Amino acid sequence: MAGKPKLHYTCGRGKMESIRWLLAAAGVEFEEQFIETNEHLEKLRNGGSLLFQQVPLVEIDGMKMVQTRAILNYIAGKYNLYGKDLKERAWIDMYVEGTTDLMGMIMQLPLQSAEMREKNLALIIERAKTRYFPVYEKALKDHGHDYLVGNKFSWADIQLLEAILMVEECKPDILSAFPQLQAFKGRISNIPTIKKFLQPGSQRKPPADDKYIANVRKIFNI
Amino acid sequence: MSGKPRLHYVNARGRMEPIRWLLAAAGVEFEEAFLETKDDLKKLQTNGDLLFQQVPMVEIDGMKMVQTRAILSYIAGKYNLYGKDLKERALIDMYVEGLADLNELITSNFFQPADKKEEHLATVMDKATTRYFPVYEKVLKGHGQDFLVGNKLSRADVQLLEIILLVEESKPDILAKFPLLQSFKAKTSNIPNIKKFLQPGSQRKLPLQEKDIPRLMQIFH
Repeated sequence: MAGKPKLHYTCGRGKMESIRWLLAAAGVEFEEQFIETNEHLEKLRNGGSLLFQQVPLVEIDGMKMVQTRAILNYIAGKYNLYGKDLKERAWIDMYVEGTTDLMGMIMQLPLQSAEMREKNLALIIERAKTRYFPVYEKALKDHGHDYLVGNKFSWADIQLLEAILMVEECKPDILSAFPQLQAFKGRISNIPTIKKFLQPGSQRKPPADDKYIANVRKIFNI
Repeated sequence: MSGKPRLHYVNARGRMEPIRWLLAAAGVEFEEAFLETKDDLKKLQTNGDLLFQQVPMVEIDGMKMVQTRAILSYIAGKYNLYGKDLKERALIDMYVEGLADLNELITSNFFQPADKKEEHLATVMDKATTRYFPVYEKVLKGHGQDFLVGNKLSRADVQLLEIILLVEESKPDILAKFPLLQSFKAKTSNIPNIKKFLQPGSQRKLPLQEKDIPRLMQIFH
């Protein structure tokens, strides 16, 4: 038995990507088992591994963990990426929930009609520029530290970088009005574990393409 | 200044209700400031009170907290309703996230087109009885204890009760096949803080009525 966490999901970003980012940033090696067919998913379901019949599933520390947020909370707590007390945790949670909302909007795009996709893409850009990125820009400006919370690297920083890169895939110059975030992106990308994860050949997954989406529809019957 | 948490939301359940439940279960008195018009929301936004321009917002311990999950986690942590260690927390989180998913399914029924509502509700009730409730019935059966995790009241128990009652509003006999959930419901409802919250006149909010929807939509859109 390897002892490494084992991730069960499709070979794409989806709801598992933030988990991959967090493990990678924490320097934790992990294995992946990719679900390619509906039969494979049904087998996991019938085997009783999926508490609510859903993936992501992460086998970690003797547990078969499901529910993305539960998994992320556990990893963040275990690897000291969750602040030093309740109040720092509260700030990390607020920041993480904001980027989760933003990335959630982007995640839906490939599943939408071309018309909805265009409309929502414009909304995502607007929200990134006016609702979300200004918050993180201000937080960094106000305290002048390298990291969002408690002058220490945390889950909030990892997820912000993930969100920035994801929005840049939609609009490459999205950070033009956010100098703090540009510097933040540079700094965090250079952290050795993250730098490694950003290199080709890592376990980071590419954006969804039509072929992947078609397969996802088949696997999950949607 | 009272020092009590102050909740900013509309006078309805929505995303604030689990927060009301948790504070009540923890025996924490709280105040509420209701948004009645779009201007009320705009005022909070222009004042810079809402981190992401959204409610719920809870003023607590000198913070203006937003994001439902962040608020719930803080309250649970502060009032010892979040397990004793990381592993108990993990179980609580899994159970709570499952309940949150079921809650979303139920509340999404209101926003279904009129001709699809009945069918959607039937699907949701089916999920409740085949995907969600069996999990909690099995957990309780497995350890034979009164509470879901660690033999101690946690936010998972509070939320499970909340959801049971919500589902029962649509289908009163939903627990027919779940004897342990029935006794869980009775026992947990009798915990003094929770019993008080379940009484008429408490800050618990009523189910959403069709007639309320236009007014609420107008505040947010």
